[in-house]
Amino acid sequence: MASVIVHPEKELKVVGTSPLRPDGVPKVTGLAQYGADFSLPGMLWGKILRSPHAHARIRSVDTSKAQALPGVKAVMTSKDLPDQKFEYVGPERVAVNFWHMTRNIMAREKVLYEGHAVAAVAATTPAIAEEALKLIEVDYEVLPHVIDVDEAMKTEAPLLFEDMITRGIDPPPKEPSNISKRIEYKMGDIAAGFAAADEIVELSFKTKPVHQGYIEPHATLARTDADGQVELWVSSQGHFVVRTMVCRLLGIKTADLRVHAAEIGGAFGGKTVVYVEPVAVTLSRKSGHPVKIMMSREEVFRGTGPTSGASMTIKIGVMKDGDIVAADALMKYQAGAFPTSPVMNGLMCGFAPYDIPNVRTIGYDVVCNRPKTVAYRAPGSPISAYAVESTMDAAAKKIGMDPLQFRLKNIAKPGTQLVYGAKIAHEGFAETLQALQRHPGYTKPLGKNQGRGMAVGYWFNGGGESSATVHVNEDGTAVVATGSPDIGGSRASTAQMAAETLGIEYERVRPIIADTNSVGYTQATGGSRVTYATGRAVIGACNKVIAEMCARAAKIWKIDVEDVIWEDGFARPAGKRAGEFPPLSFKDIASKRTATGGPIVAASAINADGQGPGFAAQFCDVEVDPETGQVKILRYVAAQDAGRAVHPKYVEGQIQGGVVQGIGWALNEEYIYDRNGKLENPGFLDYRIPVASDLPMIETIIVEVPNPNHPYGVKGVAEANIVPPMAAIANAIENAIGQRLTELPMSPPKVLAALDAEHRG
Amino acid sequence: MAKVHVTATLNGNAVEFLCETRQTLLQILRDELHLTGTKEGCGTGDCGACSVTVDGRLMCSCLILGAEMQGKSIQTIEGMADGEKLHPLQRKFLEHAALQCGVCTPGVLVAAKSLLERNPDPTEEEVRYWLAGNLCRCTGYNKIIEAVLDAASEMRRA
Repeated sequence: MASVIVHPEKELKVVGTSPLRPDGVPKVTGLAQYGADFSLPGMLWGKILRSPHAHARIRSVDTSKAQALPGVKAVMTSKDLPDQKFEYVGPERVAVNFWHMTRNIMAREKVLYEGHAVAAVAATTPAIAEEALKLIEVDYEVLPHVIDVDEAMKTEAPLLFEDMITRGIDPPPKEPSNISKRIEYKMGDIAAGFAAADEIVELSFKTKPVHQGYIEPHATLARTDADGQVELWVSSQGHFVVRTMVCRLLGIKTADLRVHAAEIGGAFGGKTVVYVEPVAVTLSRKSGHPVKIMMSREEVFRGTGPTSGASMTIKIGVMKDGDIVAADALMKYQAGAFPTSPVMNGLMCGFAPYDIPNVRTIGYDVVCNRPKTVAYRAPGSPISAYAVESTMDAAAKKIGMDPLQFRLKNIAKPGTQLVYGAKIAHEGFAETLQALQRHPGYTKPLGKNQGRGMAVGYWFNGGGESSATVHVNEDGTAVVATGSPDIGGSRASTAQMAAETLGIEYERVRPIIADTNSVGYTQATGGSRVTYATGRAVIGACNKVIAEMCARAAKIWKIDVEDVIWEDGFARPAGKRAGEFPPLSFKDIASKRTATGGPIVAASAINADGQGPGFAAQFCDVEVDPETGQVKILRYVAAQDAGRAVHPKYVEGQIQGGVVQGIGWALNEEYIYDRNGKLENPGFLDYRIPVASDLPMIETIIVEVPNPNHPYGVKGVAEANIVPPMAAIANAIENAIGQRLTELPMSPPKVLAALDAEHRG
Repeated sequence: MAKVHVTATLNGNAVEFLCETRQTLLQILRDELHLTGTKEGCGTGDCGACSVTVDGRLMCSCLILGAEMQGKSIQTIEGMADGEKLHPLQRKFLEHAALQCGVCTPGVLVAAKSLLERNPDPTEEEVRYWLAGNLCRCTGYNKIIEAVLDAASEMRRA
């Protein structure tokens, strides 16, 4: 694995090494507790009844027979959830509407997709709970449904919401439709840009919804007290998010809901919302018992959110010398059954890697009879990048330029204006592309039926609200508590940054994830924000500890605190008192806490901005089997700017994991619906995610162009890596067979059809 | 319905339990014997997270019934380390950062151990095909494969 450090900086001792993760041992011995691994005395098992129809009006729900079954302790429907005000709240890009959310958790007037929750029971055994579900009688009036985004936008399409008027159009349309929103960004003069272009390339694309595919199904355990206090164990990217949502949905006082973050068995954006949590709390309140709910894999596929499928058209105008002069995009994203797909992100990220003077991006957010979409790794960006980066490749080909050189010529730099108003504020894009260009594999000759393709990817990365508390113990160890659930090894990077800052050994730092009543508010683990934003909170708290340590040393030495400095884990007298006393170690001072003022504790909380964007550049070699249409990945090389890799092995792991999810998205993964709108492949056998034997080793190049806004230069690394693969693979297939595939997944039947077209052509 | 009484060996120790005829071995392990290291990822034998060995044979515990375990010897992830001494595979998984979320890890480790018992010197391709029944969504498998090959090499030298 290669590493390219662009701006070397001061020698660091712990940051930049790959120590064993602090939470590792329980995970290899089976003792780590995930969402489904918690139990309580007297616990009941909750199960959820789901709609068999893609679209139907609920005439009535009769739960009396289920309620009467021995062993059933509680039954609930949407009547047990208070209704919510219809309003979009929060930043526009990720706006939430609780009127929609409560209806997604349990259907009210209508079911909007097959798998939509309708009722739930809690019983003494899982078998009784399942038996009870069969006794619930739901009277449905089945309605026509719509699955595809282009179909859903037609005027004759069945409406999911009879009163939905498209937002973002002035004056608003008179007729309702499935188009929740229209968004447009533009800069420059695209008509003039295209008029001046030597060549114009225009292509249309379609992608399918794909699921995050975390291996751990959603699970939760709830207990409630008669005085209104509630405790929840969740498998979530954000236990504070769960608290906010459950409190709002059920009308609980925030201080009365204590949420514990269990170990989380993968999420990738899919565990940033609530499904089973408010149901478990409601069943627990009604029954007076703790209630555990575990989804089956089938429920995960039918009832939880994939990311959008989309229909897109991209147009690019270029000069013969390689300059891109105009770009236009139309992107229609499926939101699933309720509004808010990541189409805004798609519009913002698509052309963000490039310096283009005239740009327009128009997007539509469209509802259809599928599960509500949820974030999936760099939500929205991989979809638009597939279309944009495929078109970029076609443009490079048209003017006879190497695709990497073409991108390098147009790459965004600090100061580049982006279509959505922001300017690029960081270096690193060009450096990452150049690192990829230097890889010896990029110019290696290819064999028969083989092709090479490359693509780049942009992601905002995240900052936001994070809290950390550091407790110093009398033996010189420290506990670092944060509110960020650890999915991919963030406890390791947290401990490393704390050890580096305090000047103590990594092994003396114990990082934990505290529950919602034990540490300050912290946004979800997502958006590649934790090592950056929570990291800054941790470093801030450690700096406060150091200040306190210096004050304690001054007290011990009876000198002014201004005359004490902290160096490599020791307090030393300095200035006019330099050398007067032997230095005091972290441990020395910690052991004297009682005599010097009591416990040494520091907390830090921030709302971090200034994150550096994520940027990835990748190439791959593929071989296309002309008999079967199967595409084999022969080589995959992925470069990414990490700012500074705190734990290089976990940075590599993020890159490799993101790339392989992208390979699945490119080649295999899709939801298959029958004529009645029922999902035909709700399991891992037929929804095929990549397995070990599908893949080569993924070669990584970590580029380090430090982010000046983080003490150790960190930029988030978890997401940009999933942005390029679909286009890189499409471009490689085009290079191999001379046909461009414009629909995902590029599965054997589609590749064969393209090969046939070529032979006929 | 009357429950079935089963006597078996679990991680080397005698164990007995009562089970409903419909309960899988996975449900018995997790819900009756409280060994939650064996994970449920799908319940249909497609993901390998619930891998165990029964009389030395690698199986998905979600596909076998608890009632079938009479007289059998079951090994789960909880039996892999020798007290505080980790198995070389467990150690190598930590050293190679071969786990991220870690929920597939118990099943992958049980499967990898089963491979090395049969084939102490596997090629990369053999490891990839043996582990093709164990899904991991986090790592892209790179570091898992590297850890298994490294553990095999260390175990051969031992």
